[in-house]
Amino acid sequence: MTDLSTRTVVTGDASKRAQRRPVPQSRGAAVRQRRENIAAYTFLIPWLVGFFGLTVGPMLYTLYLSFTNYNLFSAPTWTGLDNYIRLFTNDPSFIQSAKITLFYVLVGTPLKLAVALGAAMLLNYRDTAATFFRSAFYVPSLIGASVSVAIVWRAMFVTDGPVDSALSFFGINLGGWVGNVDLVVPMMILLAVWGFGGTMIIFLAGLKNIPGELYEAADVDGAGPLRKFRNITLPMLSPVIFFNLLLETIGAFQVFGSAYIISNGTGGPAGMTNFYTVYLYKRAFTDSQMGYASAMAWVLLIVVAIVAIFIFRSSQSWVHYAGDEK
Amino acid sequence: MSATLQTTQAVVTGTAGPQRRVKRKTWKTIIWLIAMIVLAAVILYPLLWLTLATLKPSSEFGTNPGLIPEQPTWQNFVRVSEGIAGVPMWRFFWNTIVLSVVATAATVISHALAAYAFARIRFKGSKILFTCMIATLLLPFHVVIIPQYIIFNNLNLIDTYIPILIGKFLATEAFFVFLIMQFIRSVPRELDEAARIDGAGHARIFFSIMLPLIVPTLTTVAIFTFLGQWNDFFGPLLYLTSPENYPLSMALKMYNDQTSVSDYGATTAASFIALVPVLLFFVIFQRFIITGMSSGAVKG
Repeated sequence: MTDLSTRTVVTGDASKRAQRRPVPQSRGAAVRQRRENIAAYTFLIPWLVGFFGLTVGPMLYTLYLSFTNYNLFSAPTWTGLDNYIRLFTNDPSFIQSAKITLFYVLVGTPLKLAVALGAAMLLNYRDTAATFFRSAFYVPSLIGASVSVAIVWRAMFVTDGPVDSALSFFGINLGGWVGNVDLVVPMMILLAVWGFGGTMIIFLAGLKNIPGELYEAADVDGAGPLRKFRNITLPMLSPVIFFNLLLETIGAFQVFGSAYIISNGTGGPAGMTNFYTVYLYKRAFTDSQMGYASAMAWVLLIVVAIVAIFIFRSSQSWVHYAGDEK
Repeated sequence: MSATLQTTQAVVTGTAGPQRRVKRKTWKTIIWLIAMIVLAAVILYPLLWLTLATLKPSSEFGTNPGLIPEQPTWQNFVRVSEGIAGVPMWRFFWNTIVLSVVATAATVISHALAAYAFARIRFKGSKILFTCMIATLLLPFHVVIIPQYIIFNNLNLIDTYIPILIGKFLATEAFFVFLIMQFIRSVPRELDEAARIDGAGHARIFFSIMLPLIVPTLTTVAIFTFLGQWNDFFGPLLYLTSPENYPLSMALKMYNDQTSVSDYGATTAASFIALVPVLLFFVIFQRFIITGMSSGAVKG
């Protein structure tokens, strides 16, 4: 299947080349092209309805609402930039929620990627029972965002729970993590890292695509494992790292369910699990402040866009596509 | 370990070279195996703990953090089977199954249609629409939920499954469109060109040629949709208000909210019951899940 994905690239390019045949300008061709257009848009009807009705339309409506005061019951009243000004100058909960979310993204995502890459390399190292280990490492990522796991996670980290007792055994007395303002965010990060399996599978496929000759050549030149990692593995894997970094970062900004469940919807202790989306949800659907929450949504969109652009831009200097320099 | 080091050692130790190398390799494998087993144990511990904790009586949760229940009992399952808020457990299961099955069927069809158009038809505007589609991949969904909620509220569709499922019919998961596209592109074009010469239109080609060929990738999409819907919490939290419509995730939330009255036993048992189908699903469909993950992302 990994072979298949590389093949996809090859045939994909070939078919693109085939598409670039000069188009004959006869009337028959124009009629045929029109028929093609009609066929394509027929196939795309569901997607087009969804794209405009559930994505673009709502996005713009959110933008409009963000400049208003709206509580669902009376018509929105225009307030200009008030919501945005209030967010940044007069709402400590918002600033705190933005801070913990940024911390969660900036620490959790690199950590998760590092663990995923390390596990993928370990898996790639020997073949003994590799399928079993691969499955064992992968399973948490399928369920990591579920309510069940959030409940288990909290049970693991409560005072005198399994984690607390295990650490006490080694003389580390941290107490419960759930009620501790300093430890509850690390606990959420650990939950994210625990679900590293999906990312690991993608890294593993990338590792298997690196030609073995590269390592053999490095062996002949006497390169050690660290040099091989820096000069072969990382550059060859950089497109996959880029893909994972982008999707994982954007995903991490949107953490919701586990934080909501672990704090029973309160965002506590002391607002430390009041992640961005939890706070947005509470403002919109508990307090009915639709305008204010809409402003929050657009701030999130802009931040995510900036981060995505930053990752794309920076990728030009560190992402290496095989065959570029040929 | 570099080959040069090994050869130097072989020279120094003389004739014992090859055996030594083999021995080193076995040792490395053993160390690797131990590391892997420890890692797997740490990773799977919470699931193992959950499984055995379902047998602990509620009173044991504060006192026994270990794996093995001191006084094992089936009582937790008995209480859970009775349900919560006057709704029996089977009802939550049934709701979850209905949601997941409809979501899966709708997602597969709508996304395959969109993917076919993008991958196989040359049409005006394809480039810009494709870019738009990929852009939605990066869009945080919170920027659309408030108007969506307002619309469904005005249409009196709160507490129905329509707001949760409608996106599945409308191909809103860009990642799946992309995944299916990649697969369609790997199908040789000669197949549909031959059909075109025989006079088949795109509808014929799609249904009789393409669909059977892309079953593997559709299976992957189906599995991920099913599991995603099974675990979905946000949609039901937002749109469902009466417990008899709740799926398992919301039933668990009710158990969780009640933990102040503390029935840890029942909460744990309910969490376990909700996870078992997912784990079974994984065991059965492992191959599709893992190959699907890899083929979507590695673009070479």
